[in-house]
Amino acid sequence: MDWERILTNVAGEVFAPTTAAYALAAIGLNIHFGLTGLLNFGQAGFMLLGAYGFAISTIAGYPVWAAVLVALACSAIFALILGIPTLKLRGDYLAIVTIAAAEIVRIIGRSTALTDVTGASSGLRGDSYKETFTALSPFGDGSTTLGPFTYSNSSSNSWWIRVVGWVLVAIACVLVWRLLNSPWGRVLKGIREDEDAVRSLGKNVYSYKMQALVLGGAIGSLAGIVYVLPRAVQPDSMGRPMTFWVWTILLLGGAATVFGPVLGSMVFWAALMLIKTVGREVIPTTVMSSAQIEQFGQIVVGVTLMLLVIFRPQGMLGDKKELAINVR
Amino acid sequence: MSAETTALAGVEHRPGAPKPDPILVADGVVRRFGGMTAVDVDHLEVQRGAITALIGPNGAGKTTLFNLLTGFDQPQEGRWSFEGRSLGGVSAARVSRSGMVRTFQLTKALSRMTVMENMRLGARDQPGENILAALVPPVWRSRERAITGKAEHLLERFKLLDKKDDFAGSLSGGQRKLLEMARALMSDPTMVMLDEPMAGVNPALTQSLLGHIQSLRDEGTTVLFVEHDMHMVRHISDWVAVMAEGRLVAEGPPTTVMADPAVVDAYLGAHHDTDLGDDSLLDDEYTHQLEAEERAEDERKDHR
Ligand SMILES: Nc1ncnc2c1ncn2[C@@H]1O[C@H](COP(=O)(O)OP(=O)(O)OP(=O)(O)O)[C@@H](O)[C@H]1O
Ligand SMILES: [Mg+2]
Repeated sequence: MDWERILTNVAGEVFAPTTAAYALAAIGLNIHFGLTGLLNFGQAGFMLLGAYGFAISTIAGYPVWAAVLVALACSAIFALILGIPTLKLRGDYLAIVTIAAAEIVRIIGRSTALTDVTGASSGLRGDSYKETFTALSPFGDGSTTLGPFTYSNSSSNSWWIRVVGWVLVAIACVLVWRLLNSPWGRVLKGIREDEDAVRSLGKNVYSYKMQALVLGGAIGSLAGIVYVLPRAVQPDSMGRPMTFWVWTILLLGGAATVFGPVLGSMVFWAALMLIKTVGREVIPTTVMSSAQIEQFGQIVVGVTLMLLVIFRPQGMLGDKKELAINVR
Repeated sequence: MSAETTALAGVEHRPGAPKPDPILVADGVVRRFGGMTAVDVDHLEVQRGAITALIGPNGAGKTTLFNLLTGFDQPQEGRWSFEGRSLGGVSAARVSRSGMVRTFQLTKALSRMTVMENMRLGARDQPGENILAALVPPVWRSRERAITGKAEHLLERFKLLDKKDDFAGSLSGGQRKLLEMARALMSDPTMVMLDEPMAGVNPALTQSLLGHIQSLRDEGTTVLFVEHDMHMVRHISDWVAVMAEGRLVAEGPPTTVMADPAVVDAYLGAHHDTDLGDDSLLDDEYTHQLEAEERAEDERKDHR
């Protein structure tokens, strides 16, 4: 077995753009769930909207900053539409509405009526919206090798998108850390514990929940942009499984912690890659085809998640003491 | 005898009696759950700066009335005002900000937050509770220090200071009651509404807290509390209002109200086989029995 290649693949996955994208998405979800207790089962919807918002406005000729603003605005409006009817109701309603709304975004995106705008189910080709972002790169053309890793400098799956992705992750972490340790974050945690108690103390719970939903969704839309920059916008690759994986990452790393989502994403993608590559080496193709090994990897992830929730519900970074408290 | 008792001296001993200086006035408040009328209060006035006890048998509608007055529930009919401002349809948070802060019968400690964080959350005017200001600590640090100092002071009073860094969820039931009450006081409310504040608190501490409630009153805070313990009611209240089956059936000073035939009727109607002094005992036993059932239920669940 070629361990060196396997380990290189796995290590490359730790800082891949996709890993950064999922880390960002999980940071957004952490603001919803970890801090505020909002059950958002439609984070992929926020990501897809961000991706569409960025790609479509870039294709329409907007510069990068404007396209990013469009993506943020889309997710903010989406959050308002989801939040206005549901945030006054019990938590489960938001869960149901977000699942449905994310599906609606995907289904509208892939509908043939919008072929001119969204490219329907085949989506938008990466080349059609990558140029402005690539042009911003200070790294120039060609490719660079650092240690065992060789990527192009600026285009597609590049060093440039890695740098931008991880800088965004770092900024989001600082933001969450700052907010988590502020009076604002304290109100959110109070809401997570008991809304009525917080109401009785004179805080406008609805407004705080809305702020959390919008902020987490906005970070989700940035995640969507980072996710599609090295590939294409394909609505069907950003559906329920994506939301499910973001949840897995958050729970794996530890909800309500600053670095949990980042660590969770790194471990998740590295583990998946390890299972896949080892599987391809070890399992003969007569037993499992390459595609089946991919699915096998996902089954292992599912089982891992179950074990995790049973044996380490606080995740890797969560506070055991905090979780030991019965929520009565 | 306090000044408030004197102020209430001339007030008639009947339900809905007008007070010389009412802070809270409710009129025709009706709350029905399906066909059942939980609250039907024609008229109620609460004297400013006095300690008023709201008593009545289980299910009399006391908690429901609290919920209505504080915006946690909406009545089918009725008007009520606090300090002259109408509060009909006003949200619970607004009611609280207007100076009427309540606690809950079923304690709402914020379990996975520390005792100190619970306390800080009760404070007002913390600019850092705005999302933008939160990003700039210098804007809210000094206020945070003031809040923390005040919280420590209150926690000391409530014998919780050495627990300040523990999670609220690790406190005992009685300690949670205390925490909730202390937290409500963080905002210096004009009026506090306490739903069974002493249930489960040990007698020695009860004594000292009663003293605290009295000193709150002496500083000008209005107190309205629900309590089943008649000794406590007699000990600290300036005025007692009695509810039964959703209605206000009697009002009067604590020394005489229990002799009111309407009150005797209300209690004996609800508990045929007990006398009035045993009320708290009955309540405790009932609670224990419920808790035991709940535990058994939990265990059953765990074993599956
Ligand atoms: N949400 C609800 N739905 C239906 N019925 C309710 C609801 N809340 C209260 N009730 C009913 O209203 C009546 C009054 O209840 P409430 O909790 O106000 O009593 P209470 O005076 O506070 O009693 P206790 O001393 O036992 O706390 C009870 O008969 C209760 O069953
Ligand atoms: Mg009650």
